Amino acid sequence: MTVRFRALMGACAVGMFATGAATGAMAETTITVATVNNGDMIRMQGLTSEFEKAHPDIKVKWVTMEENVLRQKVTTDVATHAGNYDVMTIGNYEVPIWAKQGWLLPLNFPDSYDTKDILPAIRGALTLKDKLYAAPFYGESSMTMYRTDLMKKAGLEMPEKPTWAFIAKAAKAMTDKSAGVYGICLRGKAGWGENMAILTAMSNSFGARWFNEKWQPQFDSAAWKDTMSSYLDLMKNYGPPGASSNGFNENLALFQQGKCGIWIDATVAASFVTDPKNSKVAKDVGFAMAPHKDGVSKDANWLWSWNLAIPAGTKKEKAAETFIEWATSKKYTELVASKDGWANVPPGTRTSLYKNPEYAKIPFAKMTLKSIDAADATHPTVDPVPYTGVQFVAIPEFQGIGTAVGQQFSAALAGSETGEQALQNAQSLTTREMTKAGYIK
Amino acid sequence: MARKVTTKRRITVTVIAWIIALLIFFPILWTFLTSFKTEGEAVATPPHFFFFHWTLENYLEVSERSDYVLYFFNSVVISVGSTIIGLIIAIPAAWAMAFVPGKRTKDVLMWMLSTKMLPPVGVLIPIYLIFKNTGLMDTRTGLVIVMTLINLPIIVWMLYTYFKEIPGEILEACRMDGATLKEEVLYILTPMAVPGIASTLLLNVILAWNEAFWTLNLTAANAAPLTAFIASYSSPEGLFYAKLSAASMMAIAPILILGWFSQKQLVRGLTFGAVK
Repeated sequence: MTVRFRALMGACAVGMFATGAATGAMAETTITVATVNNGDMIRMQGLTSEFEKAHPDIKVKWVTMEENVLRQKVTTDVATHAGNYDVMTIGNYEVPIWAKQGWLLPLNFPDSYDTKDILPAIRGALTLKDKLYAAPFYGESSMTMYRTDLMKKAGLEMPEKPTWAFIAKAAKAMTDKSAGVYGICLRGKAGWGENMAILTAMSNSFGARWFNEKWQPQFDSAAWKDTMSSYLDLMKNYGPPGASSNGFNENLALFQQGKCGIWIDATVAASFVTDPKNSKVAKDVGFAMAPHKDGVSKDANWLWSWNLAIPAGTKKEKAAETFIEWATSKKYTELVASKDGWANVPPGTRTSLYKNPEYAKIPFAKMTLKSIDAADATHPTVDPVPYTGVQFVAIPEFQGIGTAVGQQFSAALAGSETGEQALQNAQSLTTREMTKAGYIK
Repeated sequence: MARKVTTKRRITVTVIAWIIALLIFFPILWTFLTSFKTEGEAVATPPHFFFFHWTLENYLEVSERSDYVLYFFNSVVISVGSTIIGLIIAIPAAWAMAFVPGKRTKDVLMWMLSTKMLPPVGVLIPIYLIFKNTGLMDTRTGLVIVMTLINLPIIVWMLYTYFKEIPGEILEACRMDGATLKEEVLYILTPMAVPGIASTLLLNVILAWNEAFWTLNLTAANAAPLTAFIASYSSPEGLFYAKLSAASMMAIAPILILGWFSQKQLVRGLTFGAVK
């Protein structure tokens, strides 16, 4: 009897255990995260096991894509509510547009997340009607990176806030074409996220704007003419050959190989150019703010962030939000620091990171924060504008228009048309598209 | 009278052929070499050809980061599956067009080919929505269907060309011997057309293996093949050329090996009927 009773109890226990395990397995949620292939995101993929350890009921699947492929795929997915992805990596260009369309779910984090700790410039770009629609994973601005050794050799000293006139003077002094050293490297490859990022930011620092308050294009303004002639003069006299096909990667390769004196580009490049493993000039790099024209209050700082958001089509909202909370938390930065050091922590998102004395030791940390703080997505230009966004105009039509204008400017750099012709063409094509889209009545 | 081939002429032709072959092969060679470099060496100017620090680091990192086996398996299922289904549909279709042509056969063939003239992006949204509503999104079944439909015109055209070379009298003779239609296609026509079917199969496996538009747009985490595996290593902000090259080599290696071993059939198939 006793033996039978024990056997029965044992069977019940096994049964209960099995049922419990089955229930546990059933409760497991797998979320799919769509992301870009950059160093910070890859590092996060490597740390997924830490998240899964802390949240055993959630498994994470990664879909990594090239930026343009990602943009195309997640746009189709979110617009059709296909629900292929539970978490999407999107830029601060998409966030306000998609949030307005109702394609993203608002994020409701607990107080412990400390939403107010997110840098105000970044938080503002991700908020619509007081609701946060995406959490920043990494943020960047643009800044001036220069060769300290060449600058010293030229007998010049880079000010913290250089003017375009000083940049031209320094670029001239640093250029030694016979040695394959070019004074300045700027993006020339056509694309709204390529040459138009630097040219739009540069135009802001010359007092130009894309549109006036009635959405009329302003490429025929004196400020745009000034921007274009300064850009072409710099690049044609002191830039590398074939610059019209150079984007971020090409300029990064040139700078790392010691072929550029000055490079004005994304702050994220700082960690690459100071990495002795890949950069020949790692020890001779200095940082300054992005330039401005003498007398103009705006610098050529842009503002970009890669953010994690939840598409409205997902059925795993809770698990997705838990993952985003983890990936963009203060604890995550501490985790990265403990594994790979403070230099590899995703930058540009939290105020507390820049107050951390360990992080302050990173040579480019201070300048990155200053650059991000100097960018104002809600007031990007000297004159008032009807749009938000610093190096882009946050309207759905901008991707197409920005790339078409970028092609004109790239052609001017390649020499197949003059700067003036490029501006005229930009004016007419933008007017046509904006009229077609109903902005200009 | 045949023209005499001089030694000088033979050497010239050989040299030119080698130059052209090397030019065509150079991108693959460069990708191969880059895959064994560090990221710094991958962008070095002037470029290093053979004298650099060879490393397997990129292959190790790529294998560690991505589930290569899953991508590979998906590629095999999609390319082989779509080719087999395509052949099952195309063999009877090509038989009918080659041996029992109607008034509109040529028009039908032209119409089938014309479907290849439409840029795929033109039908992306409708197909995307169909996939979404039928639950085919990010499934191997869905991609096999799409690949079959995409490559069907080419399979039909190739088989039609081969079948046209087979004398109709042989089929007539077997019919007179009492063979049914099924027996005629299965036991007479198919064995005679095996070289043609083999080269069609190989070519379509290669086409389906390399197809990148639909495989990128209709997949996410589960059914993504090797094209998506390569795309995941491309980045406009960060120099990952060595890793991208390693991923590319891992993606093309299987099909390169298949192509190498079956080159005789491929060349025969592609030049079939070219000289009459």
